Amino acid sequence: MLRNLWRYRSFVLGMASREFRARYLGSALGSVWAVIHPLTLVFIYTVIFGHLMRSRLPGVDDAVGYGIFLCAGIFTWSAFTEILQRSVAVFLENGNLLKKMSFPRATLPAIVLLSALVNFAIVFGILLLILLVMGRFPGWAVLGLLPLLLLQQSLALGLGIALGVVNVFFRDVAHLLSIVLQLWFWFTPIVYPVSILGERVQALVHLNPMTDIVAGYQGILLHGTWPAWHAYLPQLVLAAGALLLGRALFRRLSGELADQL
Amino acid sequence: MPRIVARTLGKKYKLYRHPLGRLVEWASGDRLVRHQEEWALRGVSFEVGEGESIGIIGMNGAGKSTLLRLLTGTTQPSEGSFAVEGRVAALLELGLGVHPEFDGWQNAMLSCQLLGLDEAQVSAALPWIQEFSELGGHMDQPLRTYSTGMQVRLAFSIATALRPDVLIVDEALSVGDTYFQHKSMSRIRTFQVDGTTLLFVTHDPSAVKALCQRAILLDRGVLLRDGPPDAVYDFYNAMIARKEKEAVIDQVEADGQVVTRSGSREAEILAVDLQDADSTSQRSFAVGAAATLHCRFRANVAMPSPTVGFLIRDRLGNDVFGCNTFYLGVAHEPCAAGEEFTVSFALELNLGCGSYSVTVALHTERAHVASNFDWWDRALVFQVVPGSGAGFTGVAALPVRARLGRVASARTDV
Repeated sequence: MLRNLWRYRSFVLGMASREFRARYLGSALGSVWAVIHPLTLVFIYTVIFGHLMRSRLPGVDDAVGYGIFLCAGIFTWSAFTEILQRSVAVFLENGNLLKKMSFPRATLPAIVLLSALVNFAIVFGILLLILLVMGRFPGWAVLGLLPLLLLQQSLALGLGIALGVVNVFFRDVAHLLSIVLQLWFWFTPIVYPVSILGERVQALVHLNPMTDIVAGYQGILLHGTWPAWHAYLPQLVLAAGALLLGRALFRRLSGELADQL
Repeated sequence: MPRIVARTLGKKYKLYRHPLGRLVEWASGDRLVRHQEEWALRGVSFEVGEGESIGIIGMNGAGKSTLLRLLTGTTQPSEGSFAVEGRVAALLELGLGVHPEFDGWQNAMLSCQLLGLDEAQVSAALPWIQEFSELGGHMDQPLRTYSTGMQVRLAFSIATALRPDVLIVDEALSVGDTYFQHKSMSRIRTFQVDGTTLLFVTHDPSAVKALCQRAILLDRGVLLRDGPPDAVYDFYNAMIARKEKEAVIDQVEADGQVVTRSGSREAEILAVDLQDADSTSQRSFAVGAAATLHCRFRANVAMPSPTVGFLIRDRLGNDVFGCNTFYLGVAHEPCAAGEEFTVSFALELNLGCGSYSVTVALHTERAHVASNFDWWDRALVFQVVPGSGAGFTGVAALPVRARLGRVASARTDV
């Protein structure tokens, strides 16, 4: 599968870059929008929540603290859900292509992964730039984002491929996923710190693999602390399991995909 | 060495009455069966050599497209196996390229990459694609703005930018305008000379005869005939004619509007049949074949002999040829009420290939306007298929010969 992907790398690169451009095609400002959009979000989170609503994080006594906390959580979550939701739809969206041309089907999730990574890089690049300007750059701990990203995107990709293949046969999967993701979002400490929860609920929330991942991002961006890597073993196992599940389902059903479209 | 080898190839589709049926099967580990099987193709075996061209013919739902999709690799066989040697380029069903929002260049580039061309080949192919497709400035427009014809031109140019070892063409090409059809046909012909194997699906017999040495006839997923195009088409036409005959009868029974019948019924046409030289009922004839049109009628009241006429029309309803017993100077004795008669017209079907209908009429004198007893529109339909003679176009098969000469004085050398 990997060798095929390498052979079709120019197709994957071409699709991902054209998809990126196509998103802003026909708009006068073009890919500037890719920057404006996250900028606005950062502005909303820091100014509206931090200054106007005076939301404060327990233990962090400054106006932008909550804004940074929000950005760390929400941008991470969007990267996670972007892969999940797009993988679920990717085989259906490209049904026309799958019926007409013979090419490694694995290129389609690869395109999704690549373009989600590009979007994430833009958003986080801007965020880090703003932190730098504000004098709150986390320092070397920022490198800790990469392993977290790898964990989180592996989990998303594995689940995404598994659900994407099944979604071709049962279109209900995509609907179900969007509801599950809504619940999952609020079940993850993204807009609220985990410390405000009661002890029993905290234990429950820690069963959620995204809790520690998001907390890792928040720790790095807010306090400049390295994540405690030993705590991420369950996530590592889960991510590997998801990738294996995705691969197994993909291998078993990819031959039938074109017949269902 | 064969380029394509197919061995007892079969493709089965699963039909589920309820979408959850599949879930039940998965959950039970395939112990519970909730689907019906439908074989789109079964037991198909053939070989195609290098540079050979094969036309695949058959009615809708015969399995032609399924076969092409299997050979292209977009779908997996349920049983049997096949091997294709070399680079395959396919023009399957039309759709908006790789991405409707991308422009022509981007679509061409991505398609080339999908066809397995490397970077150098892609950059060499792109200008050629623009030139051959004659899309010019449209290449900068998003694909969704293209007409079907433009899409065909682009798709064909992409598929044939680099000579493939195997070219697979579904009916897509027939969408294009005549000019581009000719252009693409001649491109295909050059490929054939260079050794490209061609697999071709079309409803146009002349294209198959012009391009292919062999034809394969599929019917309901089974390979019925494999041989020279002429022989296979004869078989196919006979098959269609049989079906059309049944259809005509159905039409009369189902709805009197479709096959119109009018007249006073003082005399009535009872049966019309078209027979070949062996006096067997036939609906498919070679060009120039002898045929006899038999009509049986009954006079319901006593009358002087009525005129029996027939009219052959082409598929579009244009009158091709008509005649009657009055013009031919034959007549029965005066008829008593209830008496039955027959008339036979011996004909040579010097007609162009295609489908024709026969209308039969009973009337007095020269034409049916005077007193129309019975007028039976499209009493039967028959096919004319190419015979052993030279090919030609048009609706009339005129006897023709060519003689060559040379004008000596036209040469200017001393």
